[in-house]
Amino acid sequence: MSDRNTVHARIASADGSKRASRTMGKALHRVFSSSWIIYVVLIMLAAIYIMPFIIQIATSFKTDADAAANPVSLIPAVWTTAAYQRLFLNSDFPLWFKNSVIVTVFVTTGRVFFDSMAGYALSRLHFRGRDTIFALLVAVMSVPMVVLLIPKFLIIKSLGIYDSYFGMILPLLIDASGVFIMRNFFESIPQSVEEQAKIDRAGTFRIFWSIVLPMARPALITITILSFQGSWNELSHFIVATQSPSLTTLTKGVASLASGQLSAGTQYPIKLAAAAIMTVPVAVLFFIFQKRIMNTNEGSVKE
Amino acid sequence: MMFSSANPGSKKRGHSSDTSIKINHTREQISAWMFCAPMLIILGVFLVIPIVMALWVSFSDWSGRGSPFSSGVHFIGLGNYDSVLVTPGLSQSDFGTAIRNNAWYTLLVVPLQTLLSLLLAVMLNRRILKAKGFFRTAFYFPSVTSSVAITVLWLFLFGSTGSINAVLSWFGINGPNWFNDPRGLLQILFSHLGVSQGPALLTQHGLLGISWWDWLSGPSVAMFAIMLMVIFTTSGTFMLMFIAALQSIGEGTEEAAIMDGTNAWQRLWHVTVPQLKPTIFTVVTLGIIGTWQVFDQIYTGTRGGPSKTTLTPAYLSYSAAFDNQEWGQGAAISFILFVIIVVMTWIQRQIMKDRKMSRRKIAYYEALKSETRGLSNVSASQLRGKGNPDVANREGKNHE
Repeated sequence: MSDRNTVHARIASADGSKRASRTMGKALHRVFSSSWIIYVVLIMLAAIYIMPFIIQIATSFKTDADAAANPVSLIPAVWTTAAYQRLFLNSDFPLWFKNSVIVTVFVTTGRVFFDSMAGYALSRLHFRGRDTIFALLVAVMSVPMVVLLIPKFLIIKSLGIYDSYFGMILPLLIDASGVFIMRNFFESIPQSVEEQAKIDRAGTFRIFWSIVLPMARPALITITILSFQGSWNELSHFIVATQSPSLTTLTKGVASLASGQLSAGTQYPIKLAAAAIMTVPVAVLFFIFQKRIMNTNEGSVKE
Repeated sequence: MMFSSANPGSKKRGHSSDTSIKINHTREQISAWMFCAPMLIILGVFLVIPIVMALWVSFSDWSGRGSPFSSGVHFIGLGNYDSVLVTPGLSQSDFGTAIRNNAWYTLLVVPLQTLLSLLLAVMLNRRILKAKGFFRTAFYFPSVTSSVAITVLWLFLFGSTGSINAVLSWFGINGPNWFNDPRGLLQILFSHLGVSQGPALLTQHGLLGISWWDWLSGPSVAMFAIMLMVIFTTSGTFMLMFIAALQSIGEGTEEAAIMDGTNAWQRLWHVTVPQLKPTIFTVVTLGIIGTWQVFDQIYTGTRGGPSKTTLTPAYLSYSAAFDNQEWGQGAAISFILFVIIVVMTWIQRQIMKDRKMSRRKIAYYEALKSETRGLSNVSASQLRGKGNPDVANREGKNHE
């Protein structure tokens, strides 16, 4: 009997499908508008995610004693820029900053150039061994970077570039995933754009540089951001590639601050100020290119 | 997951370059290799050759002085692997401790960060949600900042006089001295239940120089603080991946499910999550690979302490080589770690694979199918008998 009832019900619902679609709009509305709970949850979570950074900024303007006594308050009892003064006038911090800037500029420029060149060859040029190279590239991408610390040190040492800018910059110049991104972007550009230039007998580099590369702006911006972020935040490579204090980068320097290099005691305002300044360049980049960064995944499908 | 390489022009391309512009063919070959040269040289020199070198070092007694290929360096076979894995001693128990710590870390971080990022993505994917951009920014920002900066911040927040303990004290809770507390979380739980010593069966026997009781102690309080930090910094990245996947799914199936009278929870688990399976696979794989590589946070924050409870294989490999000059052991640990990561990813791939249906299940589904077929025939004939012309017509059409 029950099966007969369901058949009836199904027919009834089919007959009433117009009515159902009308009420569906209402049902949808009810479901979504009753979701103020979602807002409460989201706002609470957002507060948890943002608070650490606000506390960080606030604490960097406190005195040591105040930071220890009132770790939650967002308004310093006494405003002081002592931490920042100490960092900039009386420590190696400016040197670390300079080193980070040098390395990041060279690595980012190099990566964007070499990654796009390799990506172009792998997608647009026909040559024997292309598929093999591509397969190797994918294999390389899956090697965990942390297990390479000792190997990297060994080769840098035996090439005689240990403890130099060369040793810091050269190994970071190619990023396999950047090549991958560029290759996929070039695949999506129609072949016809290069044909006229080929008939005019323009050289491969000429076609690449003045025709295809300008079209690749979105992908170039993406890998520029990724390279900047990656090399600015890099730590382990600089630990194994350098030794002398004059080549210390921000990541390495701030890490040594964390273990109490500047002085005894906690000195939280100084440490937090250093960490905050270190975050500024990536934060600026993030807020300028926010849309692009946030859509990295979505855009990649469309592009 | 990333770009679709399918390109409508790809077939035409091969054709055109083969016929109409054949003149440039050799030149294209040469320039192609020149375009790839920087990549091949750098990846070859700084990735492939070093791995071969390190493999040799892991089988040698190189002490860090001179070249690892000089005549004073000897091949000692599996000696380094042996002292890390088999022979009882400090090297073995350190390695066991590191594996223990990292196993707990992976076991807890991967599910938590996957769930949290999925939850954030589902909440942010609602069409009518206001201030989407603000929320996305808030959740994603920690992923952009460097792990060193976040670790410094965390050392302050979770310090003994830090913000977390201050907030806890509002609720009358006396927070631990997070980064100096080596007690395992499960140990604490057991001691609350009145069990402070494990049974002899667990304390007397063990693996890798660590007793079973110690394996079961759970992550230490210090490690727990690091776990929270990593979840905080990675959930934003994975959230973006889930949001991208959700947007490519669309809302058609969800609307259909709403029609069927499901509630929000049922829709999430039975409609949305199954469609997200490929993305969940990616996120879990990346999570496993990432959690077994944790290094920056340990180096900046705890350096393996307190009582080695935040020691991880990646950091142990580094400190064995660079601090203790045990280069062979350090290299051996990094190759073992490599194998662990490969194996974990493989296991995870096997689990996530669509399993073949067992024979019994197939038989069950077949039976169900024939039963429904029979039922619908019966009810159709009954309906026809009742003289419902509409249904009769429809049935007739179907049979034709």
